[in-house]
Amino acid sequence: MGAMTTAAPVPRSLWAWAPALTVAALIGPVAAGLIGTLAPALGLHPTLGGAGLSLEPFRALMDWPGLGRAVWLSLWVGLASTALSLAIVILIVAAWQGTRSLARVERLLSPLLSVPHAAAALGLAFLIAPSGWIARLISPWATGWDRPPDLLILHDPGGLALIAGLLTKEVPFLMLMTLAALPQADAAARMRVARALGYGQVTGWLKTVLPAIYRQIRLPIYAVLAYAMSTVDMAVILGPTTPPVLAVQVVAWMHDPDLSMRFQAAAGAVLQLALVIGALALWRICEMFGSAVLTRWRGSGGRGNPALERLIARGALGLGVALAAMLIAGLAGLAAWSVAGLWSFPDPLPHSLTLRSWTRAAPGLADPLRETLIIGAVAAAVSLALVIACLEAEHRTGRTPSDAARWLLYLPLIVPQVAFLTGLQTLAIGVGLDGGRAAVIAAHIVFVLPYVFLSLSDPWRAWDRRQATVAHALGAGPLRVLWAVRLPMLLQPVLTAAAVGFAVSVGQYLPTLLVGAGRIETLTTEAVALSSGGDRRIVGVYTLVQFVVLVIPFAAALLVPRLVQRRRADNG
Amino acid sequence: MPSPLARLAAAALIAAAPVAQAQSPDPADWSGVLEEARGQTVFWHAWGGSPTVNDFIAWVGDEVQDRYGVTLEHVKLTDTGEAVSRVIAEHAAGQDTGGAVDLIWINGENFAALQSRGLLQDPWVTELPNWRFIDPEANPATVTDFTLPTNGQEAPWGLAQVVFPYDAARVETPPRSMAALLDWARENPGRFAFPQPPDFLGHTFLKQALSELAPDPAALQAPVDDATYDAITAPLWDFMDALTPHLWRGGAAYPTSGPQLFQLMADGEIDIAISFSPNEASNLIANVTLQDSVRTFVMEAGSLGNASFVAIPYNANAAAGAMVVADFLMSPEAQAEMANPEVWGVGTVLAMDRLSAEDRARFDDLPLGIATLPAEALGAILPEPHPSWVERLEADWTARYGTAQ
Repeated sequence: MGAMTTAAPVPRSLWAWAPALTVAALIGPVAAGLIGTLAPALGLHPTLGGAGLSLEPFRALMDWPGLGRAVWLSLWVGLASTALSLAIVILIVAAWQGTRSLARVERLLSPLLSVPHAAAALGLAFLIAPSGWIARLISPWATGWDRPPDLLILHDPGGLALIAGLLTKEVPFLMLMTLAALPQADAAARMRVARALGYGQVTGWLKTVLPAIYRQIRLPIYAVLAYAMSTVDMAVILGPTTPPVLAVQVVAWMHDPDLSMRFQAAAGAVLQLALVIGALALWRICEMFGSAVLTRWRGSGGRGNPALERLIARGALGLGVALAAMLIAGLAGLAAWSVAGLWSFPDPLPHSLTLRSWTRAAPGLADPLRETLIIGAVAAAVSLALVIACLEAEHRTGRTPSDAARWLLYLPLIVPQVAFLTGLQTLAIGVGLDGGRAAVIAAHIVFVLPYVFLSLSDPWRAWDRRQATVAHALGAGPLRVLWAVRLPMLLQPVLTAAAVGFAVSVGQYLPTLLVGAGRIETLTTEAVALSSGGDRRIVGVYTLVQFVVLVIPFAAALLVPRLVQRRRADNG
Repeated sequence: MPSPLARLAAAALIAAAPVAQAQSPDPADWSGVLEEARGQTVFWHAWGGSPTVNDFIAWVGDEVQDRYGVTLEHVKLTDTGEAVSRVIAEHAAGQDTGGAVDLIWINGENFAALQSRGLLQDPWVTELPNWRFIDPEANPATVTDFTLPTNGQEAPWGLAQVVFPYDAARVETPPRSMAALLDWARENPGRFAFPQPPDFLGHTFLKQALSELAPDPAALQAPVDDATYDAITAPLWDFMDALTPHLWRGGAAYPTSGPQLFQLMADGEIDIAISFSPNEASNLIANVTLQDSVRTFVMEAGSLGNASFVAIPYNANAAAGAMVVADFLMSPEAQAEMANPEVWGVGTVLAMDRLSAEDRARFDDLPLGIATLPAEALGAILPEPHPSWVERLEADWTARYGTAQ
């Protein structure tokens, strides 16, 4: 390492390339995919008989009788679920910041964040269906039902089941984002002042901390809104079907054997993109309005009503806990199905237990399991390397990324997947980067990298730079400081970021299916394919295996740093 | 990652380069095909929603590996349209060799879509060694797919027929006509369902009803004619208008697939379902996933029937291996395994009088499932309508009931 002890100019210029490389890895596929979608939407697709530039695809889209309803549903589900999850998160944090309850909530939520959307939806579906677990527990003694009632709970035309499903995933995400933002917003100090002035906990938090926090979590909220409007896997399992939300219909058109429907699908994908942009603009307007209301409320000087505050505190926490409980109970339900023999209504537990589903699924599990592990590990490792290079470049050049750079980071999370993945598929074939594992990994990195960056950037920037100064004074070059001081000290956040990245990769459905040409089978593509068959037993097996695969890296991120620390202590 | 422009430029360059057309294997030279197939990996795109079927395909994979050294990978689809779109996308991008899809489980409008665009391998099926066990004259369904001649571009491997599974513990007299079904649904609202079109079972229910209700069912064998469409389908829409409010969830939501329909039956949500396999209910009972009080019935007017096929896309990467798999699927051993209700229980495409006594015995010994009707009770088979009907019925159904909320 002797040569590295002086800051050589060559490595420095390499570091300077890291952000550009990262942006290319993120934006390249999104931009290429959008071009591949926009062209057929305007009638350009030589082999499908596109007659050249025309608005015919959009005209066909407008003629679809369900369009108005599907558009309305996408907007309603997206806005309602985002507003509700944000309200729940803000009220919980406002009421419980600084208490042990909140620390407990944080520990409970982290593993829930890694539950794939499809698994959460399947679990919830079994829980709340008229023949589901809740109905079984209260039947027939309380309800008089000796068979399931014909109630429209799942797939309800108002999308309420879908909204509930989205809440179970969005509340943990926004909660962790908000908790991560608290230190930067100097929340504890603000609250001390507010409390000293006699403000109630909730009122004081909303008036003093919220404005600072909101700036930090704005982009995550936009990502949630965009996701909720364009989810496919959750909407298929929980959402309305007559008609479905727009994104589901677009995927259905893409797979229609009538090939001319692909133009209409592309037009629908463009409309989906426009809808998301429109909803973001609407949300932005509501933000400004809300900010004005908050300012006026702050000026009123009210300290808050203690009784109301207690009600809000308990209500919000109760809702949050209920959502977590639904997610956990849903997963438990799938676990029970994986070992169930015949399980008729209204029995709360299976008639008989059997390992039949497991022995049946076992031979087929090996390949997707291996593929899932390889893709997840490589995607997480490459993303982690790029992110660390970016953060290190930032550290060395002393430049912090602009707002534009933050937007670029969120771009893949905000552009609806259906809008660019199918276009990407057509282009990927053209450059021969197709159907292979490498292509799938590249597509996963687009989604993995932002989460790894979000997870690692705060602890990385919070690291005390005086450690580096001391190390430099002792003769260590920048690379040695990184390897021998910074990375070991940040081992836990680095491993957590890797686990988050791995989890994001494991959960990817559409990118794996479309870019992998169906040849790359992961646990998630298998589980979703099986869920189309509705066999809850096999789906239960896959979901459980998937969950175990996800939990191990998170557990390792917690345990490994402790072991390393202990060994260092022993050696010292 | 190169910039989008660089990618586009690369795509354009590749598209402009002369494409080396792959030499298609010649099935007439079967030993040559076997030789070429050895060591190939065949990606078979087939619907993956049924563990029963997946297990059978895994068994086929083991057999072709042992016998011919062909590795079979089952690409599990949620919808056959995914594989069709895949071939189209490859053609669009100029990838005329080394395609991702080697073999597709296909029929009906999916076959029509690929065949009409010339995206299938040139005729090959009738040259296969096991074709000699098939009698197209006695069983036209082996060479006709939804009225379209298959032209030797897809190999039949299973026969299907519409049946209606019902829970005999709750339904005393099964309704054996569409009119009786409507009366029954009125008396038992919410207890009958079919998967939502465009799921093929959803189409199938519409076509089954139309075949019984249309004033002149022969018209369904020709492509849709705008002049007569309304008159032919009017009785169907009257029937559906009357039936829909009495469906499961009042027709406001639908199950998405056949297996999900059976899950609803196992949950006790519905009493009558529809299936394209006379043996499916027995099979689920044997797997302890359906209550053993379920039986099946067929409509008195007859039941739609069709064949499942496998086809090879024009740009398949392992066409020889795919032919070997298709040929094995038509072998007496594979067909008997498939017809076994404890394995899957699909009707065979083979003509019994063309089999050796030994091979015939494989079929004679098969047990009959508890919910399966004996062959003589399965009634008449109605031919599938021309594929254009599916498209039209689906669009109309969607406009009337699929977007009506």
